[in-house]
Amino acid sequence: MKKSVETRRSALGPWVPAIIGAAVVVLLAVLPLLNIPGMGILPGPTYTPGSLHLMAYVMLMVALALSYHMIFGTAGLLSFGHALYFGVGVYGLGIVLERTDIPLLPAALIVLVIGIFVTNLLGAISLRVTGISFAMVTLAFAQAGNVFVRRNPGGYTGGDEGLSINTANVPDYLIGVVNTRNLYWVALGIVVLVYLVVMWVEQTRAGHSIKATRENDMRVRVLGGQPYLIKLLAFVVGGTLAIIVGMAFLLLQSGASHTYTTAEFTLTLLVMVVLGGVGKRWGAIVGAAVYTILDQRLVALARLPEIQQLPAVLRIPLSEPLFLLGTLFILIVMFLPGGIAGLADRFRRGTVDEEPLKEPV
Amino acid sequence: MNHVLTVSHLAGRIGGQLVVEDVSFEVPATGVTAVLGRNGVGKTSTIKSILGLIQRTGEVTLEGRRIDHLPTHRIVQLGVGYVPEDRELFSGLTVAENLSLAIRQKNPRLDFVRELFPEVCVERAQQRAGTLSGGQQQMVSLARALINDNRILLVDEPTKGLAPKIVDEVAVALREASNTVPIVLVEQNLKVIDALAERVVVIDAGRVVHTGPARELLDDPARVQQLLGVHGEVAA
Amino acid sequence: MTTFILLLITGLGLGALYFLVASGLSLIYGLMGILNFAHGAFLTLAAFAGWEVGRRMGLDTTSGFVVSIVVGALVGALFAALTEFVLVRRLYERHIEQVLVTVGLSLASVALFEGIWGSDPVYFQRAPWLTQTTNVLGASVGNTVFVAIGAAVLVLVGLLLFLNKTRYGLIIRAGVENRSMVTALGIDVRRAFTLVFTIGGMAAGIGGVLASNYFGYVSPLLGGSLLIFAFIVTVIGGLGSLAGAAVASVVVAVLQQFTNYYWGYGDFIVVLLLAVVLLVRPQGLMGRKAA
Repeated sequence: MKKSVETRRSALGPWVPAIIGAAVVVLLAVLPLLNIPGMGILPGPTYTPGSLHLMAYVMLMVALALSYHMIFGTAGLLSFGHALYFGVGVYGLGIVLERTDIPLLPAALIVLVIGIFVTNLLGAISLRVTGISFAMVTLAFAQAGNVFVRRNPGGYTGGDEGLSINTANVPDYLIGVVNTRNLYWVALGIVVLVYLVVMWVEQTRAGHSIKATRENDMRVRVLGGQPYLIKLLAFVVGGTLAIIVGMAFLLLQSGASHTYTTAEFTLTLLVMVVLGGVGKRWGAIVGAAVYTILDQRLVALARLPEIQQLPAVLRIPLSEPLFLLGTLFILIVMFLPGGIAGLADRFRRGTVDEEPLKEPV
Repeated sequence: MNHVLTVSHLAGRIGGQLVVEDVSFEVPATGVTAVLGRNGVGKTSTIKSILGLIQRTGEVTLEGRRIDHLPTHRIVQLGVGYVPEDRELFSGLTVAENLSLAIRQKNPRLDFVRELFPEVCVERAQQRAGTLSGGQQQMVSLARALINDNRILLVDEPTKGLAPKIVDEVAVALREASNTVPIVLVEQNLKVIDALAERVVVIDAGRVVHTGPARELLDDPARVQQLLGVHGEVAA
Repeated sequence: MTTFILLLITGLGLGALYFLVASGLSLIYGLMGILNFAHGAFLTLAAFAGWEVGRRMGLDTTSGFVVSIVVGALVGALFAALTEFVLVRRLYERHIEQVLVTVGLSLASVALFEGIWGSDPVYFQRAPWLTQTTNVLGASVGNTVFVAIGAAVLVLVGLLLFLNKTRYGLIIRAGVENRSMVTALGIDVRRAFTLVFTIGGMAAGIGGVLASNYFGYVSPLLGGSLLIFAFIVTVIGGLGSLAGAAVASVVVAVLQQFTNYYWGYGDFIVVLLLAVVLLVRPQGLMGRKAA
């Protein structure tokens, strides 16, 4: 099956996917300048701040899902703590901007350096155990982060109220509804950056080793690789990318909320990646985009008079986006292994890869 | 000829990896059929494939009835007794609990196993299985299979890692059992095979490479060396 | 001294709630290898069901309280059994998918509960004797604490009797050690799967009703908040070990109470404890083998 994928790629030529990708990026880049109607997917035409904000939000979620894909999809590490690293980015930058006079870019750099240190440290500790224990250790660390944020020590994190961004040291062109366009372009830049990094890491020799450790720890060891360091690499790359996305998220949302540091948020990322198709980059992209858009827009659906007039038995479930998404997710796991990407493959090939997911290593 | 078990074109996989490629053999209704081969050629996996403990394809019939699509517990309920490699006792449970778990019939052959293994099945019945020695654990594992009336017994390396004196005891118990039920015996110890087996099936790289009377193979040291990579230890 | 006793007993009460959730989680993981994220949903639905029935009978009456516990236990058991039968069983031996399905179920059901009962906690009137306190060596301890402890002890004793004295209990204990060998003895282990889900759901259901009485409200988020700590308890105690879950429930809850009182970071200490235990002893306090 793998071979057929390779041959199809070479038949298309190595540049075709790159050209399609570049075309998509260019199209996304000019969207704020165009007047395309929202058609129910967006709250309004593409140039309006509401639509741009939603699209930027979706792109950051896509970028975050890609960073989680690096850990769960590529390396096969079932982490329940990815929200922690996202939170380090969101709250780290928020706190530095709040408490110091450092301008945005150096502040971001400081957070990044501290964040990489934290990711390395916690990754190195967590990876000492495997399987379900690894999942629980990552959950524990993330939960500790969530507790820390909610307890609001020294008034640093704002607790349950959240943290509003201090805009004193943020350039004017990134502040306010009128500049949503610029934030949109920042988000686009982030998603392209994350995609390229993930693709690059996956295509290097290290990336092949990461995939190999997912399949078989022993084989890597026999071939002279060190599974521990290889897994740590995947964990650190994924975590660091999440920190970068978190910092952009702070700017886009003009603040931080503790809900983005919870275990539930990590589960949401897991749902996105599985929805799209585990192990495939574009699976993570499609999964995150579909999930986020549905999550945001199903609320609008619930307000439609047609839904509001239904009897309670139908109205209540249809008014809860997470209920619909959760149900969709269950159906996909049960009947569509491989997610949306698997479905696309099925149409293309007439078959589907029925291999069950690998046990976490 | 009357076969109790026929295996044809059996293939087995663990984690997607083919560990049994294409195995076919028959087991007559009486006596011991030994399955031989070097380490890691798929003997244990063949037994597990027959039982459905690993993913398998191919045809397996028990007394003419197809069993290759059945789940493991149904296959065992049809009368396939299993003594796994490395005993696999429930170490936190007592010997008595291990035995009682294995009982599948109204009148279990409790007296028979107590007589066969008085030390473990009577004296140490209330002891946790994990605290027994390797040899004692093997006795319990055998008793767990012999407590029922089976159509066939699949016994996987029962003498592995045991002291010579215990090996003899296990062999005696197996011979006793073989009087009433046909046995498929995976075994490395040629001395045990010489004492028990009537026929041999030799597996190499997931395939059957030789079948025939046990005597014929054991009397041909060159062939033994070629198939199993060991010298005729029988004489020793 | 009074404070010490108060913290100790309320810690035991909280530990009792943890145990009611963790016992099922531990058995389910031990036997089936599934981290059941839907366990919180069992608890929440049971709490709401108990509340709905109880308020029709008068939640401020003792009979209403007792009936709500029974209803909670039944609803939790039924929800759990259906989950196993309809969702988990179809993904036999595919552990990651099984976990994912429980994740989906927990997300979907919490959202549905919010749709039905609203997302804010609903405070309710409890039976007068439940809201009163009893003096223990000078410390005034709320009666719900004693009820929770009593219920957890009863459930623990019941589970131990079931596990040690019945054939199904024997099958479950054996299956926790080595599932495939149980099937190789001719036993349909899947029946035991439904059973542990049912039992776990029942304990969680009782825990749900008691938790709502303990805190004085029902909320769609009740299960989720207890579930995280129940997970931690389960792992610290050793996955699959009922005794481990019991010990770890008490240790974690008491530690949490004391740290919260004196320092304010009880939750923090608990997760650190989990990390330390996992790194020093990955199989947990009483787990038999590494996960």
